[in-house]
Amino acid sequence: MFSTSLTLSDVVFLAQGAGMTILVTALSVATGTVLGVIFGVLRLQLGTILAMPLVFFLDIFRSIPLLIQLVLANAFVGMVLQLETSGFTIACIVLSLYTASYCAEIVRGGIQAVPSTTRRAARSLGMTWFQDMRYIVAPLATRIALPSWIGLALGVMKDSALVYVVQVTELLKSTQILITRLQEPLFLLLVCGAFYFLISFPLARFGGYLEKRWSK
Amino acid sequence: MIEIQSLHKSFGPLEVLKGIDLTVNKGEVVTIIGGSGSGKSTLLTCINGLEPIASGKVIVDGIEVHAKSTNLNTLRQKIGIVFQQWNAFPHLTVLENVTLAPRKVLGLSKAEAEAIGEKQLSHVGLGAKLSTYPTMLSGGQQQRMAIARALAMSPDYMLFDEVTSALDPQLVGEVLETLKMLAEEGMTMICVTHEMAFARDVSHRVAYFHRGVMAEIGAPEQIFGDPQHEETRKFLASVR
Ligand SMILES: Nc1ncnc2c1ncn2[C@@H]1O[C@H](COP(=O)(O)OP(=O)(O)OP(=O)(O)O)[C@@H](O)[C@H]1O
Ligand SMILES: [Mg+2]
Repeated sequence: MFSTSLTLSDVVFLAQGAGMTILVTALSVATGTVLGVIFGVLRLQLGTILAMPLVFFLDIFRSIPLLIQLVLANAFVGMVLQLETSGFTIACIVLSLYTASYCAEIVRGGIQAVPSTTRRAARSLGMTWFQDMRYIVAPLATRIALPSWIGLALGVMKDSALVYVVQVTELLKSTQILITRLQEPLFLLLVCGAFYFLISFPLARFGGYLEKRWSK
Repeated sequence: MIEIQSLHKSFGPLEVLKGIDLTVNKGEVVTIIGGSGSGKSTLLTCINGLEPIASGKVIVDGIEVHAKSTNLNTLRQKIGIVFQQWNAFPHLTVLENVTLAPRKVLGLSKAEAEAIGEKQLSHVGLGAKLSTYPTMLSGGQQQRMAIARALAMSPDYMLFDEVTSALDPQLVGEVLETLKMLAEEGMTMICVTHEMAFARDVSHRVAYFHRGVMAEIGAPEQIFGDPQHEETRKFLASVR
């Protein structure tokens, strides 16, 4: 017979961790997506040479492991800038830039997948560059980029587990705290996994729903 | 009036238009025929400023298209263009495809734009397809939708670039009928076409393009009946 010493208040503790995971992820994905759209469009508009500094900057965030970014950012803000910042703020900033660096590529790919002939047709109706972007490119690129963007959002959600290094107690960290106390690692990891699944599932379903709706 | 004066256009080292002079008057239908790569499409995209030019002038109703001070977005409102590829906006219904530019560019209300859109779509025989998505239409229907979309801006000029050449043969007729109808209504049109019968029946003048030069221009009877230029003769023999 299965038995556990997990109490209701422990579950609440885990749920609080899950809440933190959701909060950090939501803030970072939202900010990162806005920045990613700006960077992605800029990258295409600037032309190869002018975009080089931007590409370099984004490549840094894409190639250095997130854990290292978090530790370095924390040290930089605390020791070099001498700022009193919460780990939460640092976590959100680093994860946002991390998201933005990937999102910029997704946005660029989406925009480039809109046929230039379609855009010419829009411009030849007298639409401005911005109107073409807003009414033709944005909706079409969004449809193209959605699956990758959902993948990115889910990835960021899982990667957000690393923010424990800047003292943010999110879902995985909460689980580890309970494991240390209750000594039931397998069961607690299972519960933790279930929480992650519950967070991801609606997003994945929502993506599937949109894809279906748009493919008619 | 569209006035083209010694227009030169290059893509990199390749000179595609080598000094074109052509004036198209209000109400006139000019068709352009000529071999592949002779610069016909390029000429059309220069007329509405989609392509920059090397030298010369394109003047539409007294406005120099390539002058720095010209607002191309405004100018394009009076020059409709329909391309060989259908270029539907796939995320919008047929009616939305047609009403988007009148609403956003001309600033019409939704109701006003829809009234115009419905009128233009019925005009080209798509009155029953308003809420369909373009992917559900045949090529000929998509092409007629593109024509209605351009007409909904109430342009003074229409440019057509081989609008039937991507269509299955049985669909060509319906699109050509639409063009004929427009011509009969007095629309000023420049049509690039490979349909010689259409060029002969509908146009006031036919221009023959050869390697970036307008080798010959004249009434259809003259171009088809008594071509003056050696290359025109060869070309017409090859397409017959
Ligand atoms: N965007 C471009 N960049 C480089 N070269 C181009 C471009 N567009 C056209 N050209 C070249 O310019 C020349 C004229 O092209 P254009 O499309 O005007 O010919 P066309 O007369 O319309 O031919 P077709 O009957 O095949 O449509 C061709 O040699 C073509 O390869
Ligand atoms: Mg062409």
